[in-house]
Amino acid sequence: MAIEVRIPTILRNLTDGEKTVEGKGATLDALFSDLDVRHPGLRDRLVDDKGLRRFVNIYLNDEDVRFLGGLETQVSDGDTVTVLPAVAGG
Amino acid sequence: MTLRFDSLLDSLGGTPLVGLPKLSPTADVRLWAKLEDRNPTGSVKDRPALWMIQRAEKDGVLTPGCTILEPTSGNTGISLAMAAKLKGYGLVCVMPENTSIERRQLLEMWGAEIIYSPAAGGSNEAVRRAKELAARNPDWVMLYQYGNEANALAHYETTGPEILADLPSITHFVAGLGTTGTLMGVGRYLREQVPGVQIVAAEPRYGELVYGLRNIDEGFVPELYDESVLTTRFSVPSRAALRRTRELLQQEGIFAGISTGGVLHAALGVAAKAVKAGQRADIAFIVADGGWKYLSTGAYGGTLDEAEARLEGQLWA
Repeated sequence: MAIEVRIPTILRNLTDGEKTVEGKGATLDALFSDLDVRHPGLRDRLVDDKGLRRFVNIYLNDEDVRFLGGLETQVSDGDTVTVLPAVAGG
Repeated sequence: MTLRFDSLLDSLGGTPLVGLPKLSPTADVRLWAKLEDRNPTGSVKDRPALWMIQRAEKDGVLTPGCTILEPTSGNTGISLAMAAKLKGYGLVCVMPENTSIERRQLLEMWGAEIIYSPAAGGSNEAVRRAKELAARNPDWVMLYQYGNEANALAHYETTGPEILADLPSITHFVAGLGTTGTLMGVGRYLREQVPGVQIVAAEPRYGELVYGLRNIDEGFVPELYDESVLTTRFSVPSRAALRRTRELLQQEGIFAGISTGGVLHAALGVAAKAVKAGQRADIAFIVADGGWKYLSTGAYGGTLDEAEARLEGQLWA
């Protein structure tokens, strides 16, 4: 088992066009570092030196990780992480 | 309270809060629906639209004969179109092309001019286009629902107090996240009045087309958004929203728009958590509009798979 990460269209150039990739790690931070080994550059598109990038939303099992623990959010096998760009509603 | 009003605009708000006896999990964990479809044009957006217009009139920005410009995926435009018609303003709406046909019909009926923005990029593109148009037409008045404090203020002054008056025992408030105006306004009001109240956002998760930006830095966060008002935020896939929209209709008789299904999905999640923790809960959520404007999307008929496929690429909230 691993953690499934759903990748939005605009970042699939970094995952050979794959919609979902798998990774491991105890926290989101560790998971993104693990993904970056196989998909170089991916981490940099999600995270900057201040934390999660402003226009990137990341959900752990559909809940926004900014309300869970940000990059330190605990993740475990079987979880689904969804990455989406921030879009307008209304 | 009197139910007689001098005009349609004066009848804004004062919407019913109805219990959900069948969908509420226990006698101690109850769900309450705030029926915002019972507003003049049938959506919650009548409140911010009228507040934004009144503010602009008060500030002297909006004067007779003016043209209003607004980026909108539909409901705000429809509310503005009705109010503009009655008050003698012109209205230009910038709307993504992947919205339901009923929205276009309603806008045209009230005399609005529609400028379409491309489907890819969703409302982000509409916002970008509207800002360009505003720069080229300095005499047009862009109310700009995403950054206009009067949007959140409408909910702080009306929706929030109405809910608390009807449900003093409220523990959770759940609403859809678009401009963020409803959650910011009601959320701030309830936080001031009810210690420990939880404010929960349900954000629609669309098909991939809508997120088809060229660059992740083209993403958009409304200027009104203040993360500290929220307790948490859920992303609700279209399938879950459709399923809950149908449950609300079948179990409680409420014919709501698809975004309400997404909100109900989050509300039921919150309810299940309260049951599990052995806590009592009174959960109020917003029914943003009725289902009428979405009949053409096929959301209410056939199997869920079919409905989900038909909704792919559409802006359903």
